[in-house]
Amino acid sequence: MSDKPAVAFYWCASCGGCEEAVVDLAEDILKVVEAVDIVLWPVAMDFKKSDIEARPDKSIAAAFINGAVRTSEQEEWARLLRKKSRVVVSFGACANSGGIPALANQFGKEQILKYVYEDCPGVDNPGKTRPKVKSVDEGRVLTLPELHGMVRSLDQVIDVEYYLPGCPPTPKLIMAAVQALLAGKLPPKGTVLSPDIALCEECRRKDSKPSDLSLTGFKRPHQVQIDPEKCLLAQGLVCMGPATRGGCEALCPGGNMPCTGCFGPTSRVKDQGAKFVSSVFSNIAPKDEKGIDAVLDGIPDPIGTFYRYGLSKSLLRRKLN
Amino acid sequence: MTEKFEPRIVAFFCNWCTYTAADLAGVSRLKYAPNVRVIRVMCSGRVDPQFVLDAFARGADGVLLGGCHPGDCHYAEGNYKTLRRMRMLERMLKGMGIYDGRFRLEWISGAEGDKVRAVVNEITEKVRALGPLDMPGKFKEWDKEIEELEAHINQGGPRKEKLHV
Repeated sequence: MSDKPAVAFYWCASCGGCEEAVVDLAEDILKVVEAVDIVLWPVAMDFKKSDIEARPDKSIAAAFINGAVRTSEQEEWARLLRKKSRVVVSFGACANSGGIPALANQFGKEQILKYVYEDCPGVDNPGKTRPKVKSVDEGRVLTLPELHGMVRSLDQVIDVEYYLPGCPPTPKLIMAAVQALLAGKLPPKGTVLSPDIALCEECRRKDSKPSDLSLTGFKRPHQVQIDPEKCLLAQGLVCMGPATRGGCEALCPGGNMPCTGCFGPTSRVKDQGAKFVSSVFSNIAPKDEKGIDAVLDGIPDPIGTFYRYGLSKSLLRRKLN
Repeated sequence: MTEKFEPRIVAFFCNWCTYTAADLAGVSRLKYAPNVRVIRVMCSGRVDPQFVLDAFARGADGVLLGGCHPGDCHYAEGNYKTLRRMRMLERMLKGMGIYDGRFRLEWISGAEGDKVRAVVNEITEKVRALGPLDMPGKFKEWDKEIEELEAHINQGGPRKEKLHV
């Protein structure tokens, strides 16, 4: 066995974008590969679960786990890697706070299964067949992972040392985290490896943000010609900047699109969506209920907008059924 | 034997109007339901929507927010900010399945001791009819599904049946 530190990458409920982000390290990835011994990386290399099970406990220096936890298989892998690793890094928005998959927490498990296997247009399933955790066919037993009742962040299932935020984390932040780990310069447990400042602080449009927004309506990006210089909130676009952690160097506003909040909140905020409402909605213009409601109607899906990447870690976690 | 459900309601009252009204209700010896736990804040505008969600998450069955009437805010604009935030918060609560009635915003001036009594009694009866919300209990219930595997992996013993092959 190599004497280089062992590193594992794993994916749970995710899109693969976080894996792309690792590849986006470009030439830098060679430095990483040189310095570490990759023992698990399902997207790129062939290792089996038994390889990990066979390792002594705590023998992996760091496990980078992306994706939310939705199934028993993901939960089992997360627990296994926790047992075998000294450091677990929650990698990306889905692992940190549920991410896009956590939007499913607005629906019950039965509601989801019924839609996907019966009601969804285009489904041809007259027998209403659904996947089963265990089925027997001519004496052969087939098993599948079980779908949990809700989507969880990684730290709602296992203990996690560090968080790399973003959808996906930027190569710069990933490289800084890897270098800190290799150098043994570890910050306190629980640290989010990104500056603890609001996104607006990094945004080049910041100076054009008025102290009182006095918004008279909200627009969606496809409905307006976006001014590339002016604060996006001042243009009536829902920009999550004020309630979102910086570190991405305001990539989306730089690309003329509003921030959707993928870095999650700063350390002072418990609930990103509620904090956004607190900060921005106090600044709309009308003072009467009817006028206020007309402005609010410009946001048809408040939960999906304010908790786009974080419903699992919101204070209420999921919709009550 | 089941204990009779007594709603737990967190009330945020502003220092200048609603809290003064609650004081007035007290010195006037008006009787109202003992189910509210009043938290005095300097202005209803101090109440971050996070406070309301946190109250629910920690076991409140209802949340009442009281401030000065529009135009009467001690800080001129605070209650307008409250109204705007809470109109949106109400939509979010609906989206999360906490329906109308568990959360209420009321304007109560310092002279309206009787309104404090009426509003507190009303929300208490409303929440009593809705039954317990019990978010802490729900969190526990939801997480039961992940306890089983935790015990299994941590013991590291031979498994009875493979979950997946």
